[in-house]
Amino acid sequence: MRLFEFAAPKSLEEAYKILSRADADVRALAGGTDLIDQVHQGRRKPSIVMDIKGIPEMKRLAFDREGLHIGAGASCTDIYNFPPVKKNYISIAESAALVGSVQIQNRAGIGGNICNAAPSADTAPSLIVHNARVVIAGPKGQRVLPIEQFFLGPGQNAMAKDEILLGIVVPPPPASSASHYLRFIPREEMDIAVAGVASMVVIDPKSKVCKTARIALASVAPTPVRAKDAEAVLEGHVINEALIREAGEKAINAAKPITDVRGSIEYRKELVKVLTRRTLTKCLETLGNR
Amino acid sequence: MTSKYKYLGKTTEAVDALEKVIGKAAFGADIHLPGMLYGKVLRSPHPHAKIKSIDYSKALTLEGVKAVITSKDLPSLEDARASFGGELTMDLGQIRKLLLADGKTLFDGHAIAAVAATSLEIAEQALELINVDYEILPVIENALQAMRPDTPLIHPDLYTRTLGEKPKAPSNIGTMLEHQRGDPEKGFAEADVVVEESFETAMVHQGYIEPQACAAWADGDGKVTVWTSTQGIFNTRDQIAALLKITRGRLNVVPMEIGGGFGGKNDNLLQTLTVMLAQKTGRPVKMIMSRDEVFRATGPSSPAYFTVKVGAKKDGEITAAYIKMIYDSGAVPGGPLHLGWVASCGAYSIPNLKIDGYDVVSNKPRVQPYRAPGVTPVVFAIETTMDILAEKLGMDTLKFRLRNCAKEGDYMPDDQKYARIGLKEVLERVASHPHWNTPLEGPNRGRGLAMGMWTGATLSSSALVMVNGDGSATGVSGQVDLTGTRTTTRQIIAEALQLPLEKVQVRVADTESTPYTMTSVGSRTTYAFGTAVYRACQDALAQMKARAAPQLLVDVGDIEYAEGKFWSKKDLEKAVSWNEVARNTQTRGEGMVTGRGSATRLPIAPEFNAHIVDVEVDPETGKASIKRWTAVQDAGLAVNPMQVEGQMQGGVTQGIGWGISEYYYYDKGKLRNPTFLDYRMPTSLDVPMIDTSIVEVPAPDGPYGIRGVGEACIVCPPAAIASAIYRATGVRMNKLPMTPEAVFWAIKAKEKQLVAADGH
Amino acid sequence: MAKIPLVFKVNGEQQEILVQPYQTLLSALRDELRLTGTKEGCSNGNCGACTVIVNGRTADSCLVLAAEANGAEVTTVEGLSQNGQLHPVQKAFMKYGALQCGFCTPGFLLSAKYLLDSNPNPTEHEIRLAIAGNLCRCTGYDKIVRAIQAVAQAEV
Ligand SMILES: Cc1cc2nc3c(=O)[nH]c(=O)nc-3n(C[C@H](O)[C@H](O)[C@H](O)COP(=O)(O)OP(=O)(O)OC[C@H]3O[C@@H](n4cnc5c(N)ncnc54)[C@H](O)[C@@H]3O)c2cc1C
Ligand code: FES
Ligand code: FES
Repeated sequence: MRLFEFAAPKSLEEAYKILSRADADVRALAGGTDLIDQVHQGRRKPSIVMDIKGIPEMKRLAFDREGLHIGAGASCTDIYNFPPVKKNYISIAESAALVGSVQIQNRAGIGGNICNAAPSADTAPSLIVHNARVVIAGPKGQRVLPIEQFFLGPGQNAMAKDEILLGIVVPPPPASSASHYLRFIPREEMDIAVAGVASMVVIDPKSKVCKTARIALASVAPTPVRAKDAEAVLEGHVINEALIREAGEKAINAAKPITDVRGSIEYRKELVKVLTRRTLTKCLETLGNR
Repeated sequence: MTSKYKYLGKTTEAVDALEKVIGKAAFGADIHLPGMLYGKVLRSPHPHAKIKSIDYSKALTLEGVKAVITSKDLPSLEDARASFGGELTMDLGQIRKLLLADGKTLFDGHAIAAVAATSLEIAEQALELINVDYEILPVIENALQAMRPDTPLIHPDLYTRTLGEKPKAPSNIGTMLEHQRGDPEKGFAEADVVVEESFETAMVHQGYIEPQACAAWADGDGKVTVWTSTQGIFNTRDQIAALLKITRGRLNVVPMEIGGGFGGKNDNLLQTLTVMLAQKTGRPVKMIMSRDEVFRATGPSSPAYFTVKVGAKKDGEITAAYIKMIYDSGAVPGGPLHLGWVASCGAYSIPNLKIDGYDVVSNKPRVQPYRAPGVTPVVFAIETTMDILAEKLGMDTLKFRLRNCAKEGDYMPDDQKYARIGLKEVLERVASHPHWNTPLEGPNRGRGLAMGMWTGATLSSSALVMVNGDGSATGVSGQVDLTGTRTTTRQIIAEALQLPLEKVQVRVADTESTPYTMTSVGSRTTYAFGTAVYRACQDALAQMKARAAPQLLVDVGDIEYAEGKFWSKKDLEKAVSWNEVARNTQTRGEGMVTGRGSATRLPIAPEFNAHIVDVEVDPETGKASIKRWTAVQDAGLAVNPMQVEGQMQGGVTQGIGWGISEYYYYDKGKLRNPTFLDYRMPTSLDVPMIDTSIVEVPAPDGPYGIRGVGEACIVCPPAAIASAIYRATGVRMNKLPMTPEAVFWAIKAKEKQLVAADGH
Repeated sequence: MAKIPLVFKVNGEQQEILVQPYQTLLSALRDELRLTGTKEGCSNGNCGACTVIVNGRTADSCLVLAAEANGAEVTTVEGLSQNGQLHPVQKAFMKYGALQCGFCTPGFLLSAKYLLDSNPNPTEHEIRLAIAGNLCRCTGYDKIVRAIQAVAQAEV
């Protein structure tokens, strides 16, 4: 374990003060399920580890007209047990329930998952298809960013050194929409996605025409990515089996995977195809359109 | 199951269970000694490199660092060829090379130096201050590469061991084995159908959850005590003693509870380093491996390559077989070639047989045994070939096996003759089992069957059984309890002395207090060590009879014993209780009763089993899920059925991992997946409930017919799964592991072939 | 680096100790309080041998800083039995042979207790899901699942 100091601010002001220290390399600690091992391995070398869970705003979980508010310190367990999430943001609930084990989910949160910016982060595609925004805060003030602009590369996010994530806001889902997330792993649990796909569709209840389709992929590019070609196949059409197949094929266009211990480039592309089809099919099933 | 015995054949709670559920059982890392230092090892990041220099002067200046050791601190060896170990032995010279790299690193993770410091953090920091100058050498990644004539040598002093003359030039091949019986050529000529297939299996790890851990202390006058979780305390003692030139009697090894071993905790490398640091600092030192070190630097199992050719007549009778086996032993020679050979096709009766075997070095960690060492890979190869052969013959796969299974009087691959064995009974149980007779449901499902055996190690064992003044008995030994030895030993003592279980205590003690017994490996403890215990009981009983005789004023030859009572068979009135005789031992002439038992070179008591599995394959991802499992095994006598089931279920689960998800992912000699996240052992969700069915065909040679049960259970799963995948998808998987990706591409290739065939 | 005070409750007892800022909760329990029932198998959240209950929820204590536990209530395997009475999951593990080497056992016991506290009648799948973060290499999980089922059905 590398040496560092520990801080546990009780308010944002206190946190900002710590972040402003010019001499320090501060890293926020949420659930610690990524950070502690990274420090252990020497992959991150902060001089101060700042536990944000004592800051009341960080634990926020609320659902209002603006949508769903997820504090950066809320745990996956809190999130998927929050009834509005279960009801309105199925894909988000599904992906939060996939992160690690029960023990991991009891501490790890969606905030940490996206700040860590792993290409494989399971909650990222779900947040993308739900059009989430991230709220970033620091001594210089707050700013809001669409989630898609948050990921810059493996392990890199759009926050400055003295900024932290305050939370995530997810707009209320459009009427007559459904979302799902599926990932592929060799085991049944405790694995990192070889590929992951979240899909969200909005279907006109009368015409059955797909008004909006959003598809996002995990683990197949340096950051989570939208599969826009696949979305275009569906929008403006009544989705049928053939279109779903075509969307699966087109989703591959967005995938720029690598070959590593978890899978080869070609296999990952195949999985994107399959998972895109399966998530879309599930969305239609949820909407009772099949 | 009904048992004719009072205490055997019955499920009892494990004697160590209570301590374990309350968190009191002390494992290797749980020891804390006053003034203790912490040791850490610097490991090579390079799989193959010359060490030009090691400079640790900076590390020594770090506050809190007490000592640094390298291979320079090792004494020279008197007899580098002396061999150590349990199932897989190693020359002392080879062990020394592994212990601390001497001029050259042999694998990613090879120990270069070790540090003792006042805290773990300081020890870790000190490692970063050690400067090693490496000259990178070409990496020999696997056995096939190592065998090519143009491949550089890993050990310039390694000459292939063969039955013939010593070869003229050194080689990367450690051992070459040739064996033949009958006339294979003629046998193949007589066959109506001949199948030949090639196979490859991966390096896998035993995966015990407890990392290696050890504490050691060398007191002022040089006596050394070692506390560690090892599979064999005497093996640990003798090996350290030989490497560091310590008199065995001056080195005490205290067994800690062991958190799994499966063959992997036999190498004693960490223990030796701990002792070296303790000697150098004069303070207690504790060392614990990280999981990364466990993967990179302990002994996993041998990856292997096979070619199997089998011929049979139309009626199913096997006429001949040929097996070529190549085992990769890792950094130094001595993989499980011999064990793999002896068990390989041991489940079959094969009149004409030829086996060629190679033990080959490569730049990987030196392998250690893993549950039925060497056998799981070769059974995968053989059973898959047999499955194909049965299909080509148009024969039911089970009937084919019943037709050819080994029986009493048949010969093992190494020409040992089988005494009574239970394979036929196992297969008959399969034939009548509901699992085998229930039709498969749903698409993409397949059912597989495989059978296999483990010869069973015997080695040498000893035990003491002491009779206490109140009539209770205490069994003492140095036999490490991996998973249940104490419990079964207690049952054996209770049965042999006919004492209630509550009156029998068993204890595993240190090397200073117990007679020599070999390491706990190879399914040998219940059978071979159990024999020693049984003999110790017989000895104790004889001594007790000798004490009872004068008390009853009868000839010792006339004394009978049962159920806590001695009497004269000539005069039933003349009787005295066990307890009374025991009480008198404390005060009368001959003194206490201590029964001694030893067992060396027992005949083997082979274990046979067969497994049935149903899998479902997702054709779009290639993922095979295990839906149902039944394992049938001959236990001889299941001393404690719950424990036997537990052994079988654990073995199956390890075998499932071996079959579909576990492998060392090497990239130019560097291990890329040394974590439980990417080295994928089955979780609770990856396996179903595992049905067990125990057959009991007593082994003729041990007491009560006991056979070992711990190993055969791992040999079948990969083969059974491969067969099931074939039936679900039509693709044959000849390479382990059968990962989703591998199955996926095999399905794709098959589809392409079909399309191409349609086009013609 | 200065040690920092940690005040927390472990198995119902108030503890006040000094810990390094970088020390894990696992290390504080094992090395400072000598509660060695909690095991370390991987140090990175994959094996669950270090599972403890922190404020009512299981956590891998190798991924929790000791300092994070300030003010918390922690239960370890040593705190499972109450007043000399084994917890039902402990009894069931013994009776149904749910342990062999026992190294994984403390973690499984706490995961099982956590599950049963919130879901007294879990299905087999729910049980398997609840213990998926605990690796066992000896048992094949069969007897562990059955032991937990037995507790649910009050068969201990
Ligand atoms: C065994 C295991 C299994 C796992 N399985 C999965 C899985 O299936 N899917 C998956 O996606 N991930 C998985 N992970 C990774 C990890 O659990 C998740 O990424 C988790 O969501 C991280 O959340 P956390 O709260 O623990 O983050 P932390 O570890 O606390 O933080 C992660 C990173 O984000 C930074 N950070 C955290 N909060 C903030 C903030 N408010 N402001 C700025 N920076 C911040 C930290 O400094 C750190 O760099 C697994 C990890 C383990 C150990
Ligand atoms: S030691 Fe914490 S999960 Fe393995
Ligand atoms: S009992 Fe040994 S790891 Fe579970």
